[in-house]
Amino acid sequence: MNRSSMWEAVSGIVKRDLLLAMRRRSDAAMSVFFLVIVASLFPLGVGPEPAVLRTIGPGVLWVAALLACLLSLSRVFTADYVDGSLEQMVLVPQPLAVLVAGKVFAHWLISGLPVVLLSPLLGLQFGLDGEPLGVLALSLLLGTPTLSMIGAIGAALVLGVRGSGLLVALLVLPLYVPVLIFGAGAVTGSMAGVGGEANLSLLGACLVLSLFLAPWATAAALRIALE
Amino acid sequence: MSVNWSKYSAPMAFYPLAGRLIPWFAVVAVVLMGVGLYMGFFVAPTDFQQGESYRIIFVHVPAAWMSMFLYVVMAIWAGVGMGLNARLSFMMAQAIAPTGAMFTFLALLTGAMWGKPTWGAWWVWDARLTSELILLFQYAGVMLLRTSIDDMRRADRSSAVFSLVGVVNVPIIYFSVQWWNTLHQGASVSMSTGSKMAATMLMAMLIMTVAFWLYSIAVILARVRCIVVERDSLPVWDEKPAVIQEAVEAR
Amino acid sequence: MQWGSASEFFAMGGYGLYVWTSFLATALCMLWEVLALWRRRVAARAEQRAALLGGMDETAT
Repeated sequence: MNRSSMWEAVSGIVKRDLLLAMRRRSDAAMSVFFLVIVASLFPLGVGPEPAVLRTIGPGVLWVAALLACLLSLSRVFTADYVDGSLEQMVLVPQPLAVLVAGKVFAHWLISGLPVVLLSPLLGLQFGLDGEPLGVLALSLLLGTPTLSMIGAIGAALVLGVRGSGLLVALLVLPLYVPVLIFGAGAVTGSMAGVGGEANLSLLGACLVLSLFLAPWATAAALRIALE
Repeated sequence: MSVNWSKYSAPMAFYPLAGRLIPWFAVVAVVLMGVGLYMGFFVAPTDFQQGESYRIIFVHVPAAWMSMFLYVVMAIWAGVGMGLNARLSFMMAQAIAPTGAMFTFLALLTGAMWGKPTWGAWWVWDARLTSELILLFQYAGVMLLRTSIDDMRRADRSSAVFSLVGVVNVPIIYFSVQWWNTLHQGASVSMSTGSKMAATMLMAMLIMTVAFWLYSIAVILARVRCIVVERDSLPVWDEKPAVIQEAVEAR
Repeated sequence: MQWGSASEFFAMGGYGLYVWTSFLATALCMLWEVLALWRRRVAARAEQRAALLGGMDETAT
């Protein structure tokens, strides 16, 4: 297997998935809308007290981002599974784990990156400003790819299983906990003046770990699902 | 004398072996539980800080240890099953999950019972408590994934992948104590610093742990035997020879 | 031995409720698990026997 053909295959998959997403823009917009709505509900439920909002803000925004990612997980493989192109992907000479990484990257571009870009705006709603706002965006930039990576494992495991929507949430949410803790911890830390570096580096470690392990586990799960 | 262990990897050979082992594990487990409870309630002294409430650790710590240990063992069997494509390994993994979930639940419950008099709260969002809760969710995930998939082969392998992915969480449980040390006291039994507990307390706790461990083995072997019978359409290994004879003649 | 009487033992220095709930819950869970396994085994074996003797329903006692 030479390097360039692998690269071509991955970029081909990313381009194809992005093209499909562009054709169905409402799908991609949905998780962003979901994030905005959830984030806007909390002040209405908790009350407009700025101090309270500032305290819960990082956690609420992170949980909302996590749920938005969860909602979009079913789109990663289902369409390809239904139309049979997933089976083709298993058969091509390039390693399946690499192709999976391409699909997950495309998924992150569609549903994760908008969340990152929108987060400073939502942070303003919760009274965050200055450095914490930047740390929020940075923590989401490091964290959301990890969420997509881990989520892909769950999405592959429940492919074609009855009740898969709820099941994938039950499987994936416990695995999201470390990312949530470090992500929200980074923002809270920077608000408290201790800085978010420690938590951000732990987020980075989570990302590296998931980059190494998740595509491989997802590929294994896909093979099992397609048997 | 060399024993051909691979012989027992076939369910057919494993089934009677497990049947012979179960009573031994069960009897020793019950005896050790009796000894451990006696030591815990009558030999171990009162803790000068926590009073008598500390005696909860004689079930809490063994349950918590077993909950994590069983998850790792389940993941190992799942991994062996994936690697060697061994049916019995998947059955072991399937049999471990309910017992592990039960110990996780008990660890949480007894932890709350210990926390209320000691901290004044049933539950705190401390790292170890939270991780134990997540462990319970993961056990639930493994079992739910298995029951949601009808095809037995896929159910085996999918839940194996999930338990292997989840095992990354178990070291996080352990090291989380160092990461965010909040209300929970540091690990009271540690290899490096030596124990801060009275020797009889430690002894009672270790005896209870061994008892829980043997109990788990007995229960899990019994469950594997059930699974073997349920999965195979016509297993005859457990019936009395006369019944088998009768059945064969009837055909 | 630090207990003067049985009631002192059950009181557990005022923590009786917490201590005994913990131990009772553990015991009940274990007993329930053993009982559930017992029933599962009986059911599985009944099914096994039914499959085994399936051909001779009429003659079975």
